[in-house]
Amino acid sequence: MKSTVVTCGVLSKSELKVLSGVPSEERLKKGPVAVVECNQEIPCNPCQAACPREAIRVDTLTSVPVLDEEKCNGCGTCVAPCPGLAIFVVDMTYSEQEALVTMPYEFLPYPEVGEKVDGLDRSGRRICEGTIEKLKTPKKNDRTAVVSISVPKKYGMEARAIRRRLS
Amino acid sequence: MGEVGEMISKEVAVIGAGPAGLNAAIEAARLGAEVVLIDENLRLGGQLTKQIHKFFGSEQHGAGTRGIDIADGLIEAARSLGVDLRPRTVVWGLYDGKILALSDEERAYRLSAEAIIMATGASENAVAFPGWTLPGVMGAGAAQTIVNVYRVLPGERFLIVGAGNVGLIVGYQLMQAGATVVSVVEMLPSIGGYAVHASKIARYGVPIRTSHTIKEVRGNGKVEEAVIVEVNAKGQEVLGSEETLEVDTVCIAAGLTPLTELAWIAECEHMYIGELGGHVPVHSRTMETLVPGLYVCGDASGIEEATTAMEEGKIAGISAVETLGHLSRDKALELRSACWERLETLRTGPFGSHTAEAKQRLMMRAGKTVRQNLSSIGGL
Amino acid sequence: MREVVIDYEGEPIKAREGECVASALVAHGVKVFRETAKRGEGRGYFCGIGRCTDCVMIVDGVPNVRTCITAVRDGMRIKRQKGLGSWER
Repeated sequence: MKSTVVTCGVLSKSELKVLSGVPSEERLKKGPVAVVECNQEIPCNPCQAACPREAIRVDTLTSVPVLDEEKCNGCGTCVAPCPGLAIFVVDMTYSEQEALVTMPYEFLPYPEVGEKVDGLDRSGRRICEGTIEKLKTPKKNDRTAVVSISVPKKYGMEARAIRRRLS
Repeated sequence: MGEVGEMISKEVAVIGAGPAGLNAAIEAARLGAEVVLIDENLRLGGQLTKQIHKFFGSEQHGAGTRGIDIADGLIEAARSLGVDLRPRTVVWGLYDGKILALSDEERAYRLSAEAIIMATGASENAVAFPGWTLPGVMGAGAAQTIVNVYRVLPGERFLIVGAGNVGLIVGYQLMQAGATVVSVVEMLPSIGGYAVHASKIARYGVPIRTSHTIKEVRGNGKVEEAVIVEVNAKGQEVLGSEETLEVDTVCIAAGLTPLTELAWIAECEHMYIGELGGHVPVHSRTMETLVPGLYVCGDASGIEEATTAMEEGKIAGISAVETLGHLSRDKALELRSACWERLETLRTGPFGSHTAEAKQRLMMRAGKTVRQNLSSIGGL
Repeated sequence: MREVVIDYEGEPIKAREGECVASALVAHGVKVFRETAKRGEGRGYFCGIGRCTDCVMIVDGVPNVRTCITAVRDGMRIKRQKGLGSWER
């Protein structure tokens, strides 16, 4: 039986392909953009309210969020307010070799900027090394830190979690 | 009944200070009633006091706000509206639909109220399997309480049984507390909770095994290991699929059942509805049961969410004040309509529509049975 | 957070004001709160909400106290109970 997000918690490639919150390949190549990995009709819409550019649309309370990739500039304001921690920002143009993946993070202690971490994919498998480039904890985020890691470019749409190498 | 302590009287008594009860008390107080809010726990807030995660729903329901902060806001609102707050107080009897028997740490006494709102919530279901009585096996909600409220980890390596929202969220919170969640097992072939809750633990390496369940727990006087098995579509064990996991704690997240003892004592008619968690008191759109002046709201009236509990609580509060005669029928209808509109929105989508349909059946039963009891208030 | 000291089976242990007896004991590493009447099997924290009575202990001489919804108090005496326990006054 095929693995989907409801059989194991991990969005499959085909599920991601049809997700209205995921930007196109062309848009990803242009610069930072939000990736809203939410594919169910649940009553929830803080992402719509959070976006300063009206780039996320949740038409009815239970609609699956739709990303307007032209309006979105990847500012990341939507990352912390999502109660499902399902929104990321991916910048495939971060450097020649690297993509920058920005994610919500709610584990203490927070990692340090410059720290080398394991980059994990959606199923928790280590796929690459990452470097903590930014860590933001503004008060308005209400204790959800926003962490940005640089990873080899090909993992930009795969790396979705980090594991700290604490010994 | 015989004389038990002193008898005091209040206009509206709300039993249970969770999201439903707090909202019922606030709404009734705001509309001018004299309200007492009773809860047997050490603190007010019900399950909200354990909800350290951000809520879903809409802005009106505190979406994006952590449950604990919603609780603080509601308790403060109740306090400033003059609601008589009585935590650490057990309601152990309900007589003639009007008189509560209570006791706290010092004494037992009676309270008569013109309107009583039962917002008593729910209890976790237990699942029995060999070894389930070993210390270390507990409810997922129990683990959530000791970790989130009291900041104590009851173990280090956890197995969670059940991938509904409770199991998934508790798994996440156990990880936040520094524990290792070895696995989540779910008997059904698909995860019952929100996919996003599952994804946020899956990406941190927690395997969620659907079509799997717990077979046995072993240990010398406490949990030391758990055996899980694969099950087929009929729930039968797939032979040879046993796996032994090294865990010291097993959390059961197998659903909730409404806590309706007081409703039974008061001889409310109940209806068995599986989607709502079992036997629930029949109630109308005003949240009144078939016992006049006795209302029910929140999980006690059907297992659902904190957001819907809040709206049902408001409806019950409004209806209670209407019963007292402080509120005109028209004004009550208007206020309730606003709540119903929000409730109906929350109950859309694949998760909410089952509950909407189940609640409809429940309220239709109220409409069919004993109409004369409702004539003074009228259905909505 | 104010600290209090409770007596568990003759041993003084630190607890936090406002917490329930059960969490103070679990924090101290206690897993078995009472023993069943027939087989003397250990029982401990289970429902956490005062419904199941697995966590009941003798508190200040009173048996069958639900430790998961009872707050600690400075000087409180807590003992494991066997079966239905007994009054110690």
